[in-house]
Amino acid sequence: MAKQEFETPSLKKIPEIPPVRIGAMAHSKPFIAKAEHQEALGYPNELVNNWKQVALDKMEELLGKYRSLQVFMDTCVKCGSCTDKCHYFLGTADPKNMPVARQDLLRNVYRRYFTFAGKYFPKLVGAVDLTEEVVDEWYRYYHQCSECRRCSVYCPFGIDTAEVTMAGREILAAIGVGQKYSNEIIGKVFKIGNNLGLPEPALADTLEGLEEEIEEDIEVPVKLPLDQKGADVLLITPSADFFAEPHVDGLIGYAKVFHQAGISWTLSSHASEAANFGLFIGSYENMQKVAMRIREAALELGVKRIVVGECGHAWRVAYSFWNTLIGPFDFLDPNYPVPQHICEFTYDLIKRGALKLDPSANDDKVLTFHDSCNVSRASRMGDMPGGQFVIPRELIKASCNHFVDMAADTIGEATYCCGGGGGLLTDDLLELRVKGALPRVQALSEVIENHGVTHMAAICAICKSQFSKVLPHYGFGMDMIISVHQLIGDALVFDSTH
Amino acid sequence: MFLTALYACLFYVMTLTLLIGVGLRVIRYARIPSPLVIPTTPAPITRSGVVARMTREVVFFESLFKGSKWTWLFGYLFHFGMLLVLLRHFRYFTQPVWYWVETLQWLGLYAAFAMTLGLAGLLARRFLVDRVRYISAPSDYLMLVLLLAIALSGLAMKYVWHTDIVALKAFMLGVMYFDWQPLPADPMLLIHLSLVLFLMLIFPFSKLLHAPGMFFSPTRNMRDNPREHRHVAPWAEKLGAEKLGAKQPGSAATSRAAD
Repeated sequence: MAKQEFETPSLKKIPEIPPVRIGAMAHSKPFIAKAEHQEALGYPNELVNNWKQVALDKMEELLGKYRSLQVFMDTCVKCGSCTDKCHYFLGTADPKNMPVARQDLLRNVYRRYFTFAGKYFPKLVGAVDLTEEVVDEWYRYYHQCSECRRCSVYCPFGIDTAEVTMAGREILAAIGVGQKYSNEIIGKVFKIGNNLGLPEPALADTLEGLEEEIEEDIEVPVKLPLDQKGADVLLITPSADFFAEPHVDGLIGYAKVFHQAGISWTLSSHASEAANFGLFIGSYENMQKVAMRIREAALELGVKRIVVGECGHAWRVAYSFWNTLIGPFDFLDPNYPVPQHICEFTYDLIKRGALKLDPSANDDKVLTFHDSCNVSRASRMGDMPGGQFVIPRELIKASCNHFVDMAADTIGEATYCCGGGGGLLTDDLLELRVKGALPRVQALSEVIENHGVTHMAAICAICKSQFSKVLPHYGFGMDMIISVHQLIGDALVFDSTH
Repeated sequence: MFLTALYACLFYVMTLTLLIGVGLRVIRYARIPSPLVIPTTPAPITRSGVVARMTREVVFFESLFKGSKWTWLFGYLFHFGMLLVLLRHFRYFTQPVWYWVETLQWLGLYAAFAMTLGLAGLLARRFLVDRVRYISAPSDYLMLVLLLAIALSGLAMKYVWHTDIVALKAFMLGVMYFDWQPLPADPMLLIHLSLVLFLMLIFPFSKLLHAPGMFFSPTRNMRDNPREHRHVAPWAEKLGAEKLGAKQPGSAATSRAAD
């Protein structure tokens, strides 16, 4: 890796809101998608000649398809409530990273072409012409938003910048300016079945290796079945779980839980990916196409239930959108929620007394929990609102004796994004990722100092990858971040009665 | 007489502009589907839960309170001050004056000061907080100035340059019942009325649309029930049916996105 060309923000005694520094992140720009990445998703290969007309047509189309976008364009009163809520603003001080300013990049063009005031009095209402500079700004700043929805919590009208970012990205893709990272990955899912482009033989090999590793470790024949027809449960998990650290320890944890509960399960090589980057680029069609593989796999394998592994935005898509995109799931067992989160699944087993846990196995750790943004603000677990905060914590508490929460205004619905969500988990955005992690790392450093916290658990593949990468920039170990199901797996007591 | 006719006609035109303008906007919002379930969670699961959430937003500005205490304070003083002032103004439109309007008169007076203070606070924030200054367009300042001018001209009439409110009321009732009566030609009254008429004119074309718009915000008005209910928008229905092909047993269980 090249020498670091930016400064990691310093941690403060008390978190502070920085004074605005205009243009502080104007240089940040992820790689643009190549022709082949665009083509696979049905987008033009390069900037189209009549891009301005295409962009405005696309905007008009989206305004008519998404009530959110139309209402959000009109209702902002510039009250400023969101201005200090975005982790990218807090970490970079660039005012265009304030949610309202990010929305305004699109809103100002909307006003110019679609509203009376903007058509006849553009200067008065801040309306601007659509120019190449504006498009360039869209590209830069709509790739400095992780679609984490924190701003939407604090907006008096519920304006969700994620919706605006998605629209911005979709317009960009439609004129031929897609983002390489997200579009390349979606292409791999279409072609092979997962984000990593891991083909079936390699996947089978990896799983076999893991089985051997587990048996060596605990002398229990825990299996990780692949494409097993007639299994009860189809597990859909982010492909990072197959080999990345610390993700893989989470996968081992799920396998141990299935083993101990005596429930037959399988992974699918056709749908070996929970992540759905179609969400990030705001494309309903691509999101549906990615998700469709899961429906196909479930039908093909004849399973009764679908369980989703630890992944933030994947859980949003699964929980909030699957039923709409690829439902109805009337071929599955109606006694279980479809889909079910692995945390709901394990929590249910613990409540029924089907798992025996010995929390002293994790006595060498003091835990805290990072609420992942999309799980917290765009989904749910269990049968009551806020279950997504309760259930993972209950799992951690059941599997370790020492647990401390971070500051109240940085967890739950107020949680900060890890800094790498929303299609930004790429090395060409490393500076943004490091700076965007500041608010979370700040809160983490406080519980490290005051409570001796040694590890932070998470239930999202992106969070895990992001923290492994950025924590060392702040002087913390990359192995501080672990999977919730690693804790469960380590605390599980295996006995032969099951 | 010219003045009376002018203002009477302006009242008709501006009222129509306001009603039709906002009406068309509301119809547009209502017609556009929400193709995906996107409430900001934790969100209510039931319809009554959504009503409670929306009520808390409208009555207490719940989210703004979470976001910024100062903006909440000034915003609350302004909005509820204005509401009471408006209710107080009902006495110019009702004959005999409704009982509750009469009981509210004393409160409406204090409310006018609260409204003015709130607006001044909001305007000060626009100048003083660097982040808010950055996001403010000229119209954002002017909107506050306009509202402030309405409040101050009203207060000026109450305390300094009185107008003949009996004649004013006769004029207003005359406008309402198409039986025009002369409008008192006091400058402060004419200023006050002109500003209000201007506010009515720009309402449907400005950020004042936040008032009707907030009721259509999907992050606030949707239920958290996506596992139980499908939510396919009409434009997405074709898309899905195509791709699901024969595997789609029909969309009978689909709850429409208009929900």
